[in-house]
Amino acid sequence: MGDESIIRKVIVPNRQGLHARPANLFVKVAMQYQSQVEITRDGLKVSGKSILDVMTLAAEHGTELTIIVTGPDAEVAANALVDVVKRFIEEDDEENEL
Amino acid sequence: MRVFQGIAVSPGVAIAKAMVVDDKQPKVSRRFISRANVEAELKRLADAMDLVAEQIQTSQDEVATELGDQYGAIFSAHLQMVRDEKLNESLIDSIRYRHYTAEYAVSQSFARYIQFFERVPNPFLRERAGDFRDIEQRLLNVLFGADAKRKLAAKQPSIVIAHDLTPSEMANLDRVNIRGIVTEVGGPGSHSAIVAEALELPAVVGVGSHLREIQTDTTLIIDGHQGRVIVQPDEETILRYENEVEQQRQTKIKLRGLRDLPAVTADGETITLMANIEFPHEADACIERGASGVGLYRTEFLYLGQESEPTEEDHYQVYSKVIRDMQGSPIVIRTLDLGADKIFGDGHPPEQNPFLGLRSIRLSLRNTDQFRRQLRAILRASVLGDVSVMFPLVSTLHELRQAKMLLSDLMEDLEEQSIAFNRDLKVGIMVEVPSSVIMLDRFAQEIDFISIGTNDLVQYTLAVDRNNPDVAPLYNSCDPAVLRLIQMAVDSARKGDIDVTLCGQMGGNPVYTMLLIGMGLRSLSVTPSAIPEIKQICRTVSAQKCRELATRVRDMDNAWEIKRLLRENLRQLFPDDA
Repeated sequence: MGDESIIRKVIVPNRQGLHARPANLFVKVAMQYQSQVEITRDGLKVSGKSILDVMTLAAEHGTELTIIVTGPDAEVAANALVDVVKRFIEEDDEENEL
Repeated sequence: MRVFQGIAVSPGVAIAKAMVVDDKQPKVSRRFISRANVEAELKRLADAMDLVAEQIQTSQDEVATELGDQYGAIFSAHLQMVRDEKLNESLIDSIRYRHYTAEYAVSQSFARYIQFFERVPNPFLRERAGDFRDIEQRLLNVLFGADAKRKLAAKQPSIVIAHDLTPSEMANLDRVNIRGIVTEVGGPGSHSAIVAEALELPAVVGVGSHLREIQTDTTLIIDGHQGRVIVQPDEETILRYENEVEQQRQTKIKLRGLRDLPAVTADGETITLMANIEFPHEADACIERGASGVGLYRTEFLYLGQESEPTEEDHYQVYSKVIRDMQGSPIVIRTLDLGADKIFGDGHPPEQNPFLGLRSIRLSLRNTDQFRRQLRAILRASVLGDVSVMFPLVSTLHELRQAKMLLSDLMEDLEEQSIAFNRDLKVGIMVEVPSSVIMLDRFAQEIDFISIGTNDLVQYTLAVDRNNPDVAPLYNSCDPAVLRLIQMAVDSARKGDIDVTLCGQMGGNPVYTMLLIGMGLRSLSVTPSAIPEIKQICRTVSAQKCRELATRVRDMDNAWEIKRLLRENLRQLFPDDA
C-alpha cells in the first residue's frame, strides 16, 4: 500500500479563478504532505507543490482540475486539497467585504 | 488620446501634467560569467533571494498592521513564489550550466512567466503578470544594488507615473503639487494604494507596462473611480472631466457643510467622532472632516521609515506638530505598537507566532530605554494641548502597573529638571485581548479611559491569525463572541465610570454604525475619510432604533446572518445608495 494514486476532480469555484492567493493556499496545504501532488488541466500537468506551476494553469472560474496524489498519505492529502479548493470561494467573499 | 485601464484604488479625478519618475528599470543585457565565478554568482543570487524574501515579509507585516486584514496575504503568495523550488532550480541551472549572470538568469526566468500571463485571456489572471514583474523588479534592484529611496517633488500640478512606489516615497510625496498616482504594478493591497487613499490622492495601479509610452509634461487625466488613465485627452474628454472635478469640489463643500454639524442622533444622543491617524500631516484631514479629536495616534511610522531609532526629540517634534495642528482638540497618543521583528538592531530572532509574542506593550516593557524616550516626549508634549497616553495590547494588570510606574518615574525626573508636563495626563489602555475585557472592572480603577481595538480583539477572541491564509476566512467582526466581548467592555467601562471609545476598522465601516450605537458606544475613532459618512448615519438614525437592532442581534448566533441583518438595516436607512 501507499503508492497508489488518488485522483480527484474539482471545479474552480471562485469568480476570480486560481490567482496568486488561492494558489498560495493550495501549495501551502500540498506541502504539508509527503505525497507527490500533481494537477492536470486539459492535458497540461504541473506540480501541485510549486506556486509558479499552479499559477500557470491559469484556471479560471469553472475550470475542471484533476488532482493526482501519489504517496503514503495520499488519501488524507487529496481530501485536504479538495477542501482547500472549495475554500477559494470564501477568499473572494472576504475580498468583497473590504 | 489613449486610455489605459488599471485598478482603481483611491477615488477622485485629477487633470495635470505627467511626471514620469525614472523607474531605473535596470537594462539586463545578456552577459556571461567565467566558470570560476559560478559559485560566487550562485551565492550572490541566494543572498538576493533571501533579502527579497525579507523585504516581502516586511511589506506583508506593514500592510497587515496598517489595514489589519487579508491584504497582507498577497505578499504571502509573493513569498511563496520567491521560495518556489522550480524557480530556484531554473535560476541555479541557468547560472551553473549556462554561465548566465544572476541578473540575466532572473530576467530570463521571469520573462517566461510574465509573457505567459500577459497572454492569458482572463483579465483577472492576466494581472498576475504584475506579481511576477514585482518580484523580478525587487530581485533586480537588489542585484544591481539600486537605491530604494527617491524623493518625489514637482514644480507644477503633476500626476506621478512610476513602475512602483515604495512606502517611504509615498510618505514623502510633495503634497502640494502631486495630484494623482499611476503605477504599472500593484493591486489594492499595494502600499501605493493604501497610502494614496490615506492621503486622499486619486490613484490607479496595475496599469501594466505601458508607462514608458508616456512623456513627462503630457496632459493626463486620472480617474480614480473607474481606474482609468487618459493620455493626451481630447477637448471633449477634458470638459467632461473638468465637470467631474467641479462636482468633486461641490461634494467636498457639502461634506464641509457636514463638518460643522454635530453627530447627534435623531433623538438627541451625541456621538463623538474622532480620527485615527498615522502621519503628522493627517491632522489637516481631521480638521477638514470635522473630527472631534484624534482618538488614536499611531506612532509606529516614526520607526518604520527610519534607519536609526528615533530620539526623544524626534518624538517630541512630531507630537507637538500634531497637537498644534489639531488646534486644541483632544489627542490620544498610543505608545509603540510593533513586534520584535520590526525593531532594528535588536537582534531578536524571528518569532514563530509573532502575534502571540513579544510585541507592543510587551516589547516596550522589555526595551525600556526606547519606551522611556517615547514617554518623556509624550509628557513634555502634554502641556501643549489636550493629550492622553494609551498603552496597546495590555493583557494583565501587572503590565499596566509597570507602564504606569515608568510614567511616574519619568514625571519625577522631569519635575527635578524643572521641565513642564501635565501631571494629570490621562492614561488609558487599548482593549484588544479578551483578558483585558474580563478584568476590565479592575483595570477601570487604575485608568481614565479605554479604546476597544477591534482588529486585534477579533483575532485574539477567535484565535485567528489574519495573515495566515489557511484560517483568515474565520476572521469575522460579526462573530457573536466578539460582539459579546465588545458589549462587556462597554458595560464594564460604564460601570467603572471611565470613557470608552471604539477604534479599529469596525468603527469606520458604516455597516456597524447602528449596532455600535445600539450597544451603547458614544465615541468612535475612525479613518478621517470615513467621518462624514459615519456622521451622516448618526444624524439619520435614532438611538432607540439602534438599541432595538442591538437587541435583535444579541439573540442571533450566526455571524453571516448578523452581517446580513446589519446590511439590510443600512440599506433601509439610505435606500438611494443601495
